[in-house]
This record gives sequence, C-alpha cells and structure tokens, in this order.
Amino acid sequence: MIQKTIYDWVDERLGLSELAAFARHKRVPVHSQSFWYYWGGISLFLFLVQCFTGVLLLVYFRPGAEAYESVRQITFVMHFGWLIRSAHAWSANLMIFAIMVHMFSVYFMKAYRKPREFGWLSGMALLGIASVFGFSGYLLPMDELSYFATKVGLEIPNSIPFIGSAIANMLRGGPEVSEFTVQRFFALHVVVLPALFLPLLGFHLWLVQRHGNANPPSVEALSESERKSEPFMPNFLRKDLAMWLISLNILALLASVFPWSLGKQFDPLAPAPLGIHPEWYFMSPFEMLKLIGSIKLLQGEAGEIVGILSFSIGILLWVLIPFYDQSKESGRRGRNAHYFGLLAVIALLATTVIGYWTIR
Amino acid sequence: MSERHDLNSILPANIVPDPGEKLTRRLFMGAAGVAGTVYALALAYPIYRYLDSPEEMALNATAVTEVTLKDAQKLVPGSVLMFKFGTAPAMLIHHTDGRWISLTAVCTHLGCTVQYEPQADRIHCACHGGVYDPYTGANVSGPPPKPLKLFKVAVSDDGVEVSRA
Repeated sequence: MIQKTIYDWVDERLGLSELAAFARHKRVPVHSQSFWYYWGGISLFLFLVQCFTGVLLLVYFRPGAEAYESVRQITFVMHFGWLIRSAHAWSANLMIFAIMVHMFSVYFMKAYRKPREFGWLSGMALLGIASVFGFSGYLLPMDELSYFATKVGLEIPNSIPFIGSAIANMLRGGPEVSEFTVQRFFALHVVVLPALFLPLLGFHLWLVQRHGNANPPSVEALSESERKSEPFMPNFLRKDLAMWLISLNILALLASVFPWSLGKQFDPLAPAPLGIHPEWYFMSPFEMLKLIGSIKLLQGEAGEIVGILSFSIGILLWVLIPFYDQSKESGRRGRNAHYFGLLAVIALLATTVIGYWTIR
Repeated sequence: MSERHDLNSILPANIVPDPGEKLTRRLFMGAAGVAGTVYALALAYPIYRYLDSPEEMALNATAVTEVTLKDAQKLVPGSVLMFKFGTAPAMLIHHTDGRWISLTAVCTHLGCTVQYEPQADRIHCACHGGVYDPYTGANVSGPPPKPLKLFKVAVSDDGVEVSRA
C-alpha cells in the first residue's frame, strides 16, 4: 500500500511507468547472427570495470615525479594492488577488442545505414577516445616501456607538416617526455577524456534505444512475418548479463594468472630495450607506416607524410561509409562497402601479424 | 509449475514423484544464492584489503615497542624533544633536576598534540586547555579524563631508548 503510494508519487513526477512500458515492449531480433548483438554490451561492461578499477587506482596513484614510485607501491606494497592494476590493464585491452568486434559486426551487418548514421559516427568517436584513453593511460606508470611508447607515439603528431612539432610539444609539455607529460596525460586520462566519453556514450545508448537493433541484410530481406524476435525483458537482458558475467570471469582469470608487469623506472638517458613494440591495437598502423616508409621512392619524411595521409584517408572513408552505402537499395555500393570492409580486416590482420613477426 | 502439474496428471497414480524433487527449485535457488554471495565476497575481499592497506601498515607501525633516539642524551635540561612513537607523536622531556621523562603527546580529551611548557613546568593542550603533570603525566586540570601514558626511558652514551612501559 505504502509502496504503491510512493511509486505513484515518483511516477507522476518522473514517468517511471512510461519507462517500464518501453522496456516491456522492447524486442530484440533473433537470427543466426544474433551473437554479435552482445558485443556492444560487453564493451559497456568493460568500460564500467575501467571506471571502477580506475577510481581504485586513483586512491594511491600520484602523478608527476612520484608516478613510478606510486605505481610500484600499488603493485608491490598495497594488498591486492597488483590485481587491481592488472584488472585495469587487462580490461582496457579487452575493451578495445570488444569495441573492435562490435564495430566490425555493425559494419558487416550494415547497421550503419539509415536511420543509424549517428550511431555509427558516435561509435567511431567513442573508439577514437578509447584509443586516446589507452595511449594516455599507458604512460602513467612511467616505466621504461611506457616512456618509449609515448616517445614514439608522439612522433605521429610530430610528423604532421608545419604544426606537428607544436602539437607534440603541447602534448608532451616540453621537448622531451618528462614528469610534465605524466601530469598532463593524467589530467587527460581521468578528467578530459571521461568528460568527453560519458555524454557521447549516453548519446550512443540513447540512439540504440531509439532505433532498436538493426537487422542484417539477410533478415531485412525477409517479410515481417518471417522475422523472429524475443522480448528484451527478461530474455535478452538475462543473456546480456550472462555475457557480462562470462566477461568478468575471463577478466579475473587473465588479471590474476597473467599479472600486468611493471618495468624498470624510466631513464631518459637509457637506450630503448630490445624487442620494444606498440600494444597490439596500435601495431597495425605502426606497421603500415613502416611498410610505406620502406618503399624506395618514399623514404624519409616523404614516406611518413604519405603514410599518415593515406592512413587518415582510409579512416575518413571508413567513418563516412553510411553516406556512401545509405540504405538497402544501395545495390552495387552495398557490395563495394562489403569489399572495403573485407580489405580493412585483411589489412589490419596482415599488418598486425607482420608487425609481431618482425619484432626482434 | 504448470509443467509439473501436467506431468502429475498424466502419470499413473502409483508412480509418485520423488519427494526430494519438490525441493529442487528451492535448493537450486538457495545454492545459486550461496554461490552468488561467495562470488561477490571473492570480488569484495581484494578491494577491501586494497583500500585498507594504509590502515594495516599503520597497525604494523603501532606494534612498535621501542624507539631509539640517536644523540638525544645531549638534550639540554629543561627542554623537550618531539618524536614519533609508532604513528603517534610522543615527547621526551629532560627536566632541570636531571630526570628523563617520556610520554605520549596525544591529549586524552580529543586527541590534539600537547606541548611541554618549561616556564610553567606543565604539559598544556592548546585545544581545550587541558593540563598534565610533566613528571607523571597525571591530568591536573581542564577537560582531559585520563593521564598521559608514560614510556620507559633508558639513557646511554649514544642515544635514548624509549620503550613501552
């Protein structure tokens, strides 16, 4: 009785019953490719893990000159600090992986077509921010590996003609990677990027609710009566949560069995350690730049510029795909988009494999 | 539920469902509840220990039973040396009559750090005006409910050793 009174009072002001009705009526398509629908949710879950473990790390992390010492303390002195840090690092990698799977499944299911263009664009922006999250977070322990990764990574903006070095210096806080760099990467990592990411994520999720799950072309071709679907509440939600639990278990296993290591403290005078290489998600672009740079005609600065230019154009075309392949009537354009996607996957995989192959 | 009902209606009367089976759903929910709780606790435990680390370190520090103050034997009579005993502040007083007294410097009233005043020959707490005897630690006046704890003092040629009484 009293519960109902309270519910009615809140409902009258916030419209809870509208939300409940929306959740009750929301349905998710069922077909042979339904499995890919889980990956957006998995990405979201891993992002939540990042927020949670990130706040825990924030409790002891000290940016600036003491950064390495504080991470050493977290890893070796604080109880289970190694686990929290390991979970944060592993979850970051798994999140990028889940977002990539989500992106390619959206691409090949052609879920970017009208009316879901904004979903695609906001998703690409989220992936972009996620990779800057990864890049900035990588420096924070200030060990040897993160020092050189940042040094090398900032060579990319540095090679932009005319304004490049100014941008790189601005990001670095000086001509060299130093405690000023950690300090500003820290500000970026825990304040600026979340402030950009969260509203964009809200927008992205709102769009998913607004338009519902997209059907792949094979299902789109069926008549309305031949399509199958299931209620979101509770059927799909239950499976969604099961996926979250599986993800958490995999994460716990990886984080505890393969704890993230901490290298030696960075030393601006020490040479780069042997076998140093970028994280797997940056391997492909680095290898492409390396390959383009090895073409005879394009050695040196010319190669760098051509490499970055062609890479940027590739990404731009990828982002703009909804405006090329607009709807199910796209026909030949739809097929071209499909081939472009296959080309991207093959190039990504091939350059990543070559990259790892040639580390030594 | 409806399935079981259907099953019962088609079963011959002499085949009675195993009475244990009636508990199956309940048992399952119970087991799932226990497993879920264990899972949640397994997640919460490392987080709790992680956040509690400084407290545990402080506990280790308070387990300290003696502190050696190097060269403190040179302390001028009528003066005081503040030091840390474990995590809490403490004081070593060299009285003008040559006596060495060491006591905790945490006021028993509300935890402020007290100070030795040689002119008045008293220990005074500036927060609420508590006064202690500088020889015994006894609470003389003001709000403090209890005396300051005394430490044992051993003076040698190269330092002063303060230990829990």
